[in-house]
Amino acid sequence: MKQQVAFQIDQNDNVATALMELTAASVKLRGDAKQKYILASENIPQGHKIALKDIKSGQQIIKYGIVIGQATQDIKQGQWVHLHCMASLYDERSSQLDVKTGVPQDIKYE
Amino acid sequence: MQWQGFLRKDDKLGIRNRVLVIYTVECSAFVAREITRLSASLDVECIGFAGCTDNEYAVRLLISLIRHPNIGGVLVVGLGCEYIQPEWLANIAAEAGKENAWLFIQQEGGTAATIKRGTVLVKDMLAELQQTRRASMQLADLVIGAECGGSDYTSGLAGNVVVGRFFDNLVEAGGTAIFEEIVEAIGLLNLLKERALNPEVEAKLVYTYQKALAYCKSVRQYSVSPGNFAGGLSTIEEKSMGAFIKSGTKAIKGVLKVAEKPPEAGLWLLDSTPDPHWMQFGITNPNDSEGLIDLISAGCHLVFLVTGRGSVVGSAVAPCLKITGNSDTYQKLIDDMDFNAGKVLTGECTLAESAAELSKMVAAVAAGSLTKSEELGHKEYFIPYKYQEKTLTLPPKCKL
Repeated sequence: MKQQVAFQIDQNDNVATALMELTAASVKLRGDAKQKYILASENIPQGHKIALKDIKSGQQIIKYGIVIGQATQDIKQGQWVHLHCMASLYDERSSQLDVKTGVPQDIKYE
Repeated sequence: MQWQGFLRKDDKLGIRNRVLVIYTVECSAFVAREITRLSASLDVECIGFAGCTDNEYAVRLLISLIRHPNIGGVLVVGLGCEYIQPEWLANIAAEAGKENAWLFIQQEGGTAATIKRGTVLVKDMLAELQQTRRASMQLADLVIGAECGGSDYTSGLAGNVVVGRFFDNLVEAGGTAIFEEIVEAIGLLNLLKERALNPEVEAKLVYTYQKALAYCKSVRQYSVSPGNFAGGLSTIEEKSMGAFIKSGTKAIKGVLKVAEKPPEAGLWLLDSTPDPHWMQFGITNPNDSEGLIDLISAGCHLVFLVTGRGSVVGSAVAPCLKITGNSDTYQKLIDDMDFNAGKVLTGECTLAESAAELSKMVAAVAAGSLTKSEELGHKEYFIPYKYQEKTLTLPPKCKL
């Protein structure tokens, strides 16, 4: 099987970006990573984020070394981190979008 | 790296020598587009403002494009009853030492007569522009703008990162870099403050940031779209950081308004967000083409559009160079993409090598080679009604 790779931008980040679609298996970390490998616990689409450590509900999600949002539920190391388990500190609407397609679900256009 | 530019009356240098056909109201747009089409030259482009009632912002923007160093001649086409006066715009072109003419469709005798006269005028201008004086030009003479569109996870990992490094190099070489999209700095107030050249600039950045945030709150829309989320971005903060990286690491010298030229070389932020007004906020950043024309209005010779998911647009007045950080997108849209920054992610080259490669491409385009969107005939622009102050003046301290 091809080696799965994710990219950690800053060493303080608690998420990394999947450079390919990940399945539940070992993932090599590139970039500014403290640990060399992480175990993905579920399928994660390309470009989406994987949790590098356990993150409790309400805790900050860190990428680029800055806060990009907060957890809305407990997240385990190796899990997929996206709209279903984290939210912006500014934008309330984006949490309502479809987790896979990003399509708006909060407005009935007709 | 040196090449020959087009010398203008104000001693500024252009990298193209184009004729701009301008419509002053939607009613004259068809005739202006037909004149452009029948001129059958890559160097003739059409642009205009659709509104009949007055809008200072749009007029300032048109004036800035008339004065743009890439423009050598201007034909203004009006219907005859709108607020924006073609003769007045043609006079501005004359003052700037450019070929100029204007027409009122009502005076010329309708569609066919105006198109006929217009195409002759444009043909004469193109002939005159063969005589434009040339002068040597280098990186330090360039003003380059950057914005992103169709962002995905690669934008913040590669596309904008390479542009950021290139901007650092450009500023070090004595050139001018402009980035925009303050609405895509939401969540990054502290980072913005750290990048200010001095406390006065810091106050301007904070003011502009707070205005953008108030704007986003009031229209309930942040600058993030379904495709961004599907591509793996979860929040505006995450997208912001990916976008802000394109500004590189140099100190920000100040905040420009649309149609305002940077007073000196270096790195500048362009604020295209509407200012609060009796008409309230309009919609900002309706699309990428608006952002690009805003950058061009500030004098950019060349604009970068950094995309992850892919885009096909180009721009009038200044060539648009499309950069992607996503190697799959680069292959899939190979006829539209100019530059693959994704090689940084796959490990094919380093960040420094990629930025150097981009410098070479910029010099080639500045010397006359066509970008992919120019080859395909893309000439997009978008000029909406908007209210904006001419320049940023901070309110008295007690109000901040």
